[in-house]
Amino acid sequence: MADIKKIATRDSFGNGLVELGNERDDFIVLDADLAAATKTGIFKKAFPERHYDCGIAEQNMVSIAAGIAATGKRVVCSTFAMFAAGRAYEQVRNSIGYPHLPVIIGATHAGISVGEDGATHQCCEDLALMRTIPGMTVINPADDTEAKAALRAAFDHDGPVYIRFGRLAVPVIFDEDYKFEIGKGVELRDGSDVTVIATGLMVAEALEAYELLKAEGISARIINMPTIKPIDKDIIVKAAKETGAIVTAEEHTVIGGLYGAVSEVVVAEAPAIVVPVAVNDVYGHSGPAPVLLDEFGLRAKDIVAAAKAAIAKK
Amino acid sequence: MMKIDEKLALQKTATKVRMGVIEGVFNAKSGHPGGSLSSADILTYLYFKQMNIDPENPKAANRDRLVLSKGHAAPVLYSVLANRGYFDVEMLKTLRHVDSILQGHPDMKKIPGVDMSSGSLGQGISAAVGMALSAKHFGDDYKVYTILGDGEIEEGQVWEAAMFASHKKLNNLTVIVDNNNLQIDGSIDEVNSPYPIDEKFKAFGFEVAVINGNDLDEIDAAMQKVGTYEKPYAIIANTVKGKGVSFMENQVGWHGSAPNEEQYKAAMAELESALAAL
Ligand SMILES: Cc1ncc(C[n+]2csc(CCOP(=O)(O)OP(=O)(O)O)c2C)c(N)n1
Ligand SMILES: [Mg+2]
Repeated sequence: MADIKKIATRDSFGNGLVELGNERDDFIVLDADLAAATKTGIFKKAFPERHYDCGIAEQNMVSIAAGIAATGKRVVCSTFAMFAAGRAYEQVRNSIGYPHLPVIIGATHAGISVGEDGATHQCCEDLALMRTIPGMTVINPADDTEAKAALRAAFDHDGPVYIRFGRLAVPVIFDEDYKFEIGKGVELRDGSDVTVIATGLMVAEALEAYELLKAEGISARIINMPTIKPIDKDIIVKAAKETGAIVTAEEHTVIGGLYGAVSEVVVAEAPAIVVPVAVNDVYGHSGPAPVLLDEFGLRAKDIVAAAKAAIAKK
Repeated sequence: MMKIDEKLALQKTATKVRMGVIEGVFNAKSGHPGGSLSSADILTYLYFKQMNIDPENPKAANRDRLVLSKGHAAPVLYSVLANRGYFDVEMLKTLRHVDSILQGHPDMKKIPGVDMSSGSLGQGISAAVGMALSAKHFGDDYKVYTILGDGEIEEGQVWEAAMFASHKKLNNLTVIVDNNNLQIDGSIDEVNSPYPIDEKFKAFGFEVAVINGNDLDEIDAAMQKVGTYEKPYAIIANTVKGKGVSFMENQVGWHGSAPNEEQYKAAMAELESALAAL
């Protein structure tokens, strides 16, 4: 897969903002002294007068975004996932979530693949945190195409949206014809023995796992689940009923993210075995992102093992 | 200076607003009378004289906005809004009731005239800064007001907001600190003193006025300056917590407790006679 095009979704975020900036001038972008890293800097370069740096004050930035939205204008605020979902959690909940204001939170550097910065910056809790806020839409795009499409969809959505972007360059999976819809999972491969539901950079790993499983005579259904909330119940129930075993794959703690969201549906609607591939309730550490993804068990081979375990428990 | 009859009318309204506070908190059997009463004169002045607002059109795009950053003083905001005609004064009796729109803390989705939901201290000022920034960016000329408690300014976020407001020269923003000297655990200088408050706001790049926040003439004089500066404006309003109900005045215990029947009657009688004396 050496010639596959790879783009970090944080770049898609910055480029997507510029595309939207060319189409409409009714929004402001906020950052908190990380514009170069979050890639809102790309937007800042194109539209310097529409980008405001709030400095290293994430809680203030989040509540400022709420105030802007309360005046009826659109606003995107951005920092690392750790500080958007973590440090400013209560501001997101009370200033944005409670009044259901249409703020787009572009949270970059999510997950273990932050790499060398290490544990303080490797936010593996954001999906769980954001998912608990009533009315919050939570999206974890898989690639460049989906990241830009999700950003565009967030602008058309009347309510708060948290979008998670990554630092690591990841394969471009989808072409321009790909249709993204908030709240909809997408079946990428059909299969009957087991279903792999993956989100974010784990979608590419899941597609690889499909081939590995196929080589061993296992028929896996692969579902891309970009929207963590509201979760696509129908596609989960169908998979549970038709394949009887599910693997969830996410670059996030095993607590409360995709595994939690899928399990909640399965337990209530269509009991089936669900085996997680996720960060196993531990902190990360410094290292190159690919090495960490190996070490923390976030690879195609880990999905294969989980799929076999799930099938064995059927 | 205001004309004498204009001041008298505002004083009467402020007294009725205080009665609405007591009515609400008594019927709710909970809520925050102390910090509501201390800021009654300021809020009355803002909604009856200062702000460009229309109760018939509470969502008008170019209206002035107010964020009650000290959201626990909801009873006084609701009383001012009701007396100003946003909703029926009788509704104040439903404060905090399970089927009422009048939530324990301000809710912009439910209550006509509330410009921002608040209640978690320190966040409202940032929202007000966002509104002021939005006005500047999109070329709107409305003004934004926000009221903070003096205990509230112990929150770090307040100073993040202040720093940003002056950095961006948001002179369409007026920050009012209700300096009643009390928070929950005691007086602010005992708990974690934010004094000197005026010097702090000056250091953060604000124009600052220090006034008696229970004196309508001083409020009037300070408000005349709104919009005349290059910098954001902070009014440090020295007030009496519980103002207007003698047994509640300067008592830390009346921060967040409701009067019983007897206390309710005494408070209303005192306010009635104050009204009659005006
Ligand atoms: C972030 C946050 N922490 C704590 C509280 C609980 N609380 C409500 S009112 C209050 C004291 C406020 O004192 P002050 O700001 O001086 O208000 P005032 O005297 O005007 O009532 C506290 C601690 C809160 N609402 N928000
Ligand atoms: Mg106080």
